[in-house]
Amino acid sequence: MKKNSGKAWLYLLPALLFLIVFMVYPLIDVFIYSLEEGFNFASQTYSGVGLYNFSYVLHDPYFLQAVKNTFLLVIITVPVSTGLALLISVGLSSIKPLRDLYQTIYFLPYVTNTLAVGLVFMILFQKTEYTDGLVNLVIEWFGGSSVDFIDGPYWAKMFVLCFYTIWVVMPFKILVLTSALASVNQDYYKAARVDGTPKLRIFTRITLPMISPMIFYLVITGFIGAFKAYSDAVALFGTDLNAAGMNTIVGYVYDMLYGDSGGYPSYASAAAILLFAIVLTVTCINLLVSRKNKVR
Amino acid sequence: MQRNIYFLITSLEKCIKIRYNQECEIYNYCSIADTEHTAARDAHPADSRFQIRSKAAAFRTAVSICYQGEKKKMKIVLEHLTKKFPSRGKKNPGDVTAVSDFTCEIPDGELVGLLGPSGCGKSTTLNMICGLEAPTGGKIFFGEEDVTKLSPELRGVGMVFQNYALYPHLNVRQNIQFPLENLRGKDRLTKEEMEQRVSETAHLVQIEDLMDRKPGELSGGQQQRVAIARALVKFPRVLLLDEPLSNLDARLRLQTREEIRKIQKKTGITTVFVTHDQDEAMSICDRIAVMQNGVLMQQGHPQEVYDNPSSLFVAKFLGTPPINVFQGSVRNQMLYIGEQPVLPVSGAADQEVWAAIRPEGFLLQPDGPLACHLERVEVMGRDVSVISSHSACTSQTLRSIISAETRVDTASPTVRFALKPGKVFLFEKETEKRIPFGKENS
Repeated sequence: MKKNSGKAWLYLLPALLFLIVFMVYPLIDVFIYSLEEGFNFASQTYSGVGLYNFSYVLHDPYFLQAVKNTFLLVIITVPVSTGLALLISVGLSSIKPLRDLYQTIYFLPYVTNTLAVGLVFMILFQKTEYTDGLVNLVIEWFGGSSVDFIDGPYWAKMFVLCFYTIWVVMPFKILVLTSALASVNQDYYKAARVDGTPKLRIFTRITLPMISPMIFYLVITGFIGAFKAYSDAVALFGTDLNAAGMNTIVGYVYDMLYGDSGGYPSYASAAAILLFAIVLTVTCINLLVSRKNKVR
Repeated sequence: MQRNIYFLITSLEKCIKIRYNQECEIYNYCSIADTEHTAARDAHPADSRFQIRSKAAAFRTAVSICYQGEKKKMKIVLEHLTKKFPSRGKKNPGDVTAVSDFTCEIPDGELVGLLGPSGCGKSTTLNMICGLEAPTGGKIFFGEEDVTKLSPELRGVGMVFQNYALYPHLNVRQNIQFPLENLRGKDRLTKEEMEQRVSETAHLVQIEDLMDRKPGELSGGQQQRVAIARALVKFPRVLLLDEPLSNLDARLRLQTREEIRKIQKKTGITTVFVTHDQDEAMSICDRIAVMQNGVLMQQGHPQEVYDNPSSLFVAKFLGTPPINVFQGSVRNQMLYIGEQPVLPVSGAADQEVWAAIRPEGFLLQPDGPLACHLERVEVMGRDVSVISSHSACTSQTLRSIISAETRVDTASPTVRFALKPGKVFLFEKETEKRIPFGKENS
């Protein structure tokens, strides 16, 4: 038995080494950084140990702005993208002609380069000296006044960010949901039809419960993904997100480390741990809810 | 309590009679059942029909008889029913005909088996009766009503699917109640009525103690009964069963088919039952309809079809062990198998024929006309199977069943049989149609 367990550890060693070096050590390091007060990056010294870094971060208006932005992004994009994806998947699975074509079209954003997507959004939303952007042209055509979506009011920028995020995450959700819908046994629908079940009731009482595991999966990964959003904001508003007022928590962490005002790994670590706590809480709540509704 | 069921004791001969009626409310009939019943029971203590113990039991008896009370000659008539599926792709052009010119009458209150090999169109026929698929030609009548164009819920059918299609996320009670929740307008039920109906139906199929379980926690047989309960809870006019036993193991299959028969008898509901297992169909059906390639080959009472197959296909399809088919010829009103004259067949014209002999149609005789090469003997207890071979037989071995008292000389390489005329059928070589001979001819 003893000999065997030694062997087992030997076999586990490569994986454990990687995990320790790239996962466990950095995690511990982040915790340590977050508790070291007055850390000087150049001399690698610190003045004391305590919770000052957390207090600083929580009182930093930029961080509070980032938290607000992130929460707004999460609360808007996750339900909207999942709901829209569900709607589109149901539509896709109920049409026969050209279904493959539509599926391909809906999947295109997933395989498109981020830069190309950024360019498209620029054409759609950015105001330049020569044009107001496609969306503004449409607004003006309907008699509205043009809005600066990139440098303008907060709600306009938030709208573009949410729009972008939803557009980017939808294809994967549609893909997952269409396959989930296709895997529901047709006999359930036949049985429901024999009983004269109205379409809406079939959807709410049969289809939704049947694909609920997949929906929960998408919601949980969607929450985590949206909490970790950063690159989308950069693609739209440039690297100085604090100035644009569109920073996210991950963006704040990055800025604290490497940004123009960076060089504060302690603050970055404290912010990262706060983000970790938020994501952990939300995911636990999600899991609890999904377990309650679990299909046997 | 809008659902009006009227219950009365009409006479001592006819113990209880119930029908749907607009006169009386459900709790009224319950109390009538109770008082009048007590009176009748006291007057005739020996009569077992009055031994209903409680109000609830009276109620359940009443409702189970309801099914019989409600039916208004619910025979099913299929007229020239045809279903063609459009071709798929260029590889196989032309429509696929699943069911062609199917004409059949299913009498009221009978259990009818639609029988045939897989892919013969029996499930399609069932789906058309149900309304899940629209026929491309022909008409369907329930009683006098043409239901060809009606959607399933307007036909009043209950259907049990091959895999039961119980909703896995709902428990048994919710599954059974599901169809009732769809009722709208004047058929709409209150919560209490729904619960009443669900528990009555559960009692009918005896699953009251499983009501709070999920389908995943039930055995195949229990799921089957839940599916039947769900189909019956709406008081359908017609019950349709699509291969209801194919997902069960052999022992449960025997038990469940008895169960289905019992429920069908109890409710008196006209039932169509699709199966590829002739044993199942023969054992419980009042009537069977044998299909091949979308065509109805023969229908009738099981024994009648077995004793009198109209074609070689039907003869081969019915019966276990299967019928033995020989190449034979008729010359001078005598059937020859190989060069041996084996059976006089008066009235049959001279021709090449298929001679089909049921396993029980062989008689072991030392000087019998049919000589076969003995392969082995299987003792089954109640009877003995003799496995032998003959050059004219279409299968490698032929199986004959003889009673266990007969002694078979296993040392001898040949075994000789005489034939029972009623168990030998002749079929035309080309059309495989039956050739009558002997007494049937006159």
